[in-house]
Amino acid sequence: MDDRQFGIDTLAVHAGQRPDPVTGSRAVPIYQTGAYVFEDTNHAANLFALQRFGNVYSRIMNPTVAVFEERVAALENGIGAVATSSGQSGQHLALFTLMEQGDEFVASRSLYGGSFQQFDVSFRKVGINARFVDGTDLRQWKAAVTPQTKAFYAEVLGNPTIDLIDIEPLADLAHEVGVPLIIDNTFASPYLCRPLDWGADIVLHSATKFICGHGTALGGVIIDSGRFPWDNGKFPGMTEPSKGYHDLRFFEYFGDFSWLLKCRAEMLRDYGPMMTPFTAWLMLQGLETLHVRMDRHVRNAQVVAEFLDQHPDVEYVNYPGLANNAYHELAAKYMPKGPGSIFTFGIKGGREAGRKFIEAVQLFSHLANVGDAKSLVIHPASTTHQQLSAEELRAARIGPEMIRVSIGIEGVDDILWDLDQALAAARRPGALDAVPFHNASGHSIMSKAFGAPFQA
Amino acid sequence: MTAVGERNSLGLPPSARYRILTTYQTIAMVGLSSNYYNASSFAAIYLSANGYDIVPVNPSQAGKEILGRPVYRDLVEASASHPRPIEIVDVFRPSHEVLAIAKQALEIDAQVFWCQLGVINEEAAQLVRDAGKSVVMDRCCKIEHARFFGGLRTIGLNTGVVTSRLARPLPRG
Repeated sequence: MDDRQFGIDTLAVHAGQRPDPVTGSRAVPIYQTGAYVFEDTNHAANLFALQRFGNVYSRIMNPTVAVFEERVAALENGIGAVATSSGQSGQHLALFTLMEQGDEFVASRSLYGGSFQQFDVSFRKVGINARFVDGTDLRQWKAAVTPQTKAFYAEVLGNPTIDLIDIEPLADLAHEVGVPLIIDNTFASPYLCRPLDWGADIVLHSATKFICGHGTALGGVIIDSGRFPWDNGKFPGMTEPSKGYHDLRFFEYFGDFSWLLKCRAEMLRDYGPMMTPFTAWLMLQGLETLHVRMDRHVRNAQVVAEFLDQHPDVEYVNYPGLANNAYHELAAKYMPKGPGSIFTFGIKGGREAGRKFIEAVQLFSHLANVGDAKSLVIHPASTTHQQLSAEELRAARIGPEMIRVSIGIEGVDDILWDLDQALAAARRPGALDAVPFHNASGHSIMSKAFGAPFQA
Repeated sequence: MTAVGERNSLGLPPSARYRILTTYQTIAMVGLSSNYYNASSFAAIYLSANGYDIVPVNPSQAGKEILGRPVYRDLVEASASHPRPIEIVDVFRPSHEVLAIAKQALEIDAQVFWCQLGVINEEAAQLVRDAGKSVVMDRCCKIEHARFFGGLRTIGLNTGVVTSRLARPLPRG
């Protein structure tokens, strides 16, 4: 056994799995089981008390899910991971592991609308209070800190305006205050950016996006660096006896992975949003091509952003890969391979032009997701961020003209063709031409163009 | 095999820790608690279940039993009384007590001097290294065993083990 640090491309294919010793199965088996047989009563008691490691019940651990967790942890250079049923539940578990009623955390305002609502409405109901700041302004982060502050939270590329967080100084400030920096790395994926390497303490993903890669399953994952000093006096839950486990003190007993174990053994056990084994298997299929897909995603995105930036019907493009973008230099530092493939642009003609554009696309799919192999499009002000008030929309810089795209891995010429024809359709006055989109039996006529077994 | 979470050079590289855990079997645990739910008990229960011969050393419990095994006052008594030579000395005591324990470990010719999470004493480490023995500090025997033999895998931890070789049968741990 030699010590070798494998590259991220190799880890994406191999990490977390050793071939099954019983069957020799090379693919990761789907362990579709609820529970696991104990050796004897003593073994069972030891497992329940966390004295030995082993499978107990699939709400808390599952061998297929564990391969996914370890693989993502390896890709993020973390000490381990906990998988969840969605990105939202991952945020919920991570933040609740850190906080108790009356605690606070500081979050960048540039967030997915669903996250904003989770923090601003649902968390407040149980006395966990977010303070929102302009994520790019360190002074605002500092000013929002109180004795109750237990975490800093930001998306690596803020949704949807694609504001890039300067991770290093923010991590320094968080550590000065004595709290962990949590980064949602969904829009970059571990292949493009590894926040833990820049000083972040905890990374979250909506694994539904680039990690899954094909829009086939929902999931979330929490990765810990294992470096945060939980005994700094601000986290009694880590150092004081746990009522749930015979007064066990997590940090003393489990050291660098104590936070993750607490997250799993208390939060996942008690709230229950685990990832299912079949979902984990789909996620693993996705991860094996993560590096290959991401290279193509960012290559296509750069071409598309440059095309839109020059297009006469486009007001602006928010893509850090463009030299005129405010985050261009930060992107070169944190994401040298490319700043993802999700970005926004403003269409001339405002809301009405935007509506017509989205009605006119033929290859892009109009839906509420990102990070799919397929190109996707949505109008944030009326969908993902529609719960925000007019004032909140302004603060988050989401105008009625803004369109968000997630550039897929199709042929880039075909993507450009679709955007160009949809922009042209949006410019034409009056209603869109009545396109006979479905035949008499209800099948899309486009299916024929794309080679589906369409029968007239 | 890759190294993850290497916090300091006192932990030895993974391949060296793996070699220790596959070479030796008898572990004297200095400071093993009589409290069944103490961290040291967690390690002893786990390692014992995985086939290691655990020898409790704890002056306040000398002459009594912990986990069904006789407890010795110190390493010298343990070495004289235990039927097999003590190969690993595993320390669950504060860092400032470590130097004296290291001297005893060398006296009984233990091959490995291992200190648990948070237990670090550079002077003791140098002493043991100079005597040609192995030192691991700020690491847990149980966690390291679980890293290489599958236990950490069950809870999504990054073992750093990347290999296409068949896994060993599921460990009892």
